[in-house]
Amino acid sequence: MTIRMLRRTLYWCSHYLLIGLYVLFALFPLYWLIKVALTPNDLLYSEGIRLWPSRTSLEHFRFVLAHSEFPLFFRNSLIVSSGTAVSVTLISGAGGYGLSRFSFRGKPLLVALMLVTQMFPLVMLVAPMFRLFAPLGLTNSLTGLVIVYTAFNAPFATFLMQSFFDAIPKELEEAAMIDGATRFGAFRRIILPLTLPGIAATGGFVFTAAWSELLFALMLNSSSRASTFPVGLLSFVSKFSVDFGQMMAAGVLALIPACLFFLAIQRYLVRGLTAGAVKG
Amino acid sequence: MGSGHDQSETEPEVSAVGRRLATGAEPYLYTAPVLILIITVMLVPLSVGLSYAFRDIQLLDPFSGGFVGFDHFRELKADRNFRAALLNTLIWTAASVALQFIFGLILALLLNREFPGRRLVQALVFLPWAVPTFLVGLDWAWLFNPVVGPLPGWLFTLKVTHDANNLLAAPGTALIGPIVASIWWGIPFFAITNLAALQSIPKDLYEAASIDGASVFKQFRSITLPLLAPTLAITILLRTVWVANFADLIVVMTNGGPADSTQTVASYIFTVAFRRLDFGYASSIAAVLLILLFIYALAILSLRHLIMQRQS
Repeated sequence: MTIRMLRRTLYWCSHYLLIGLYVLFALFPLYWLIKVALTPNDLLYSEGIRLWPSRTSLEHFRFVLAHSEFPLFFRNSLIVSSGTAVSVTLISGAGGYGLSRFSFRGKPLLVALMLVTQMFPLVMLVAPMFRLFAPLGLTNSLTGLVIVYTAFNAPFATFLMQSFFDAIPKELEEAAMIDGATRFGAFRRIILPLTLPGIAATGGFVFTAAWSELLFALMLNSSSRASTFPVGLLSFVSKFSVDFGQMMAAGVLALIPACLFFLAIQRYLVRGLTAGAVKG
Repeated sequence: MGSGHDQSETEPEVSAVGRRLATGAEPYLYTAPVLILIITVMLVPLSVGLSYAFRDIQLLDPFSGGFVGFDHFRELKADRNFRAALLNTLIWTAASVALQFIFGLILALLLNREFPGRRLVQALVFLPWAVPTFLVGLDWAWLFNPVVGPLPGWLFTLKVTHDANNLLAAPGTALIGPIVASIWWGIPFFAITNLAALQSIPKDLYEAASIDGASVFKQFRSITLPLLAPTLAITILLRTVWVANFADLIVVMTNGGPADSTQTVASYIFTVAFRRLDFGYASSIAAVLLILLFIYALAILSLRHLIMQRQS
């Protein structure tokens, strides 16, 4: 009995030790980001490797909020990311449901096409896309970015949504259809509410992906009026010489919405994935 | 999309033929938006991009654009940088994916047990996933810098390294930097997917096994792993392809240097396209990478098929 208890104590000690190491590893780089953002310019290098500077100031944050185009970039990113999240969930929700509930001619082809989109380096799309989008007025526009990001995220999100729908028994909507509802009616009133956690997870996942994208935001939108946050962060460097304190302050501010969003959805991410994960 | 359906809802008197037509079209109505989107926004530009591989496309040269046949591929065969980049891609992808996966799996196993504070811990350890990748690169470049980051000093004190220099600045060690950053950023992805897969394994399987006296390790080997394997195969496959194509961290942290020592195929494409502005050559490299990844995917999928057949 005592040996078992000893072993159990030992197990939980190492369990907590490992958990502690993981938390430390996950948070330390974020801590460093905040530390640099709070360090005044004159101490940035002289106290570079100190864990906490002898003096802190909010000057970088104040400057970024009051004297840079940061609020505009922030607003643009918010519009693009939420627009992308909403349109991907709608399109992938419908597509995932179609893949989950029907077998139809061309289905394997559709799946193959979606897999192909996950295979190649997106860099190779930049030049052709610029040529196709420019005449349509979709460069230097937030709408253009929403379209691009929606397409990039839709295939993966569709597979994800399909696994959520797969986890819900077909009999549910079949029963409703016998009671006289159309399939779309059953989809809307019965299936959709049940997959809400999954939809929230997909939406949050897509939001963070769109929030971080740099390459296409940089290439398609050259005017600063339509720049998103990551691009703005780069322009920071060239415009005000390389002011790392301000850059890190802007970076910390950029982290806030993405992290809030993520904290809100991460529970659903696991729960939603659990539903259909071991379907093979 | 919705309005058409609502109309048929209010008009039950549709002819049998019409109804059959409507039912036949239904799957396509659901899947059409995603299909149209990926064809117009991804596959059309992709084919245009592939055609660039056979053309001379220099961004700043208005007279470029002519067909050059297989010239780019011949040039590629002799390109030393490309061969080095292939090897780096292998190291970068294998190390990143393997370590992300192992640490992610351990984390998932730890989080799969109930303990006080589990929710908070889960939220905290998953946080790196939400950080924009270029910011990840910036942050880690900063951490590895001996003037403004603590890591070189710590590593030297722990006798892991011989000096407190920036490992990103030495050709032999530079690739370690982006790999560490990618592990930091990627652990949550594997932890989330592994945790989801673990939680969908019925608990009574473990109860039965522990009544039979199977050790925890044996339970892991004979219950957890086989049930996890099919999901894992797909996740690892998608992830490997994604990481192989992923250039952000390398571009931000080392820019392929020093002396091209950290150039992977993906970052090399980036360099050729945006530093040399040679989109034709960049496309031909991308085409080769696409083919290699395609072969890899086919190999994994048939392996998975084989395993699943043997199991059933």
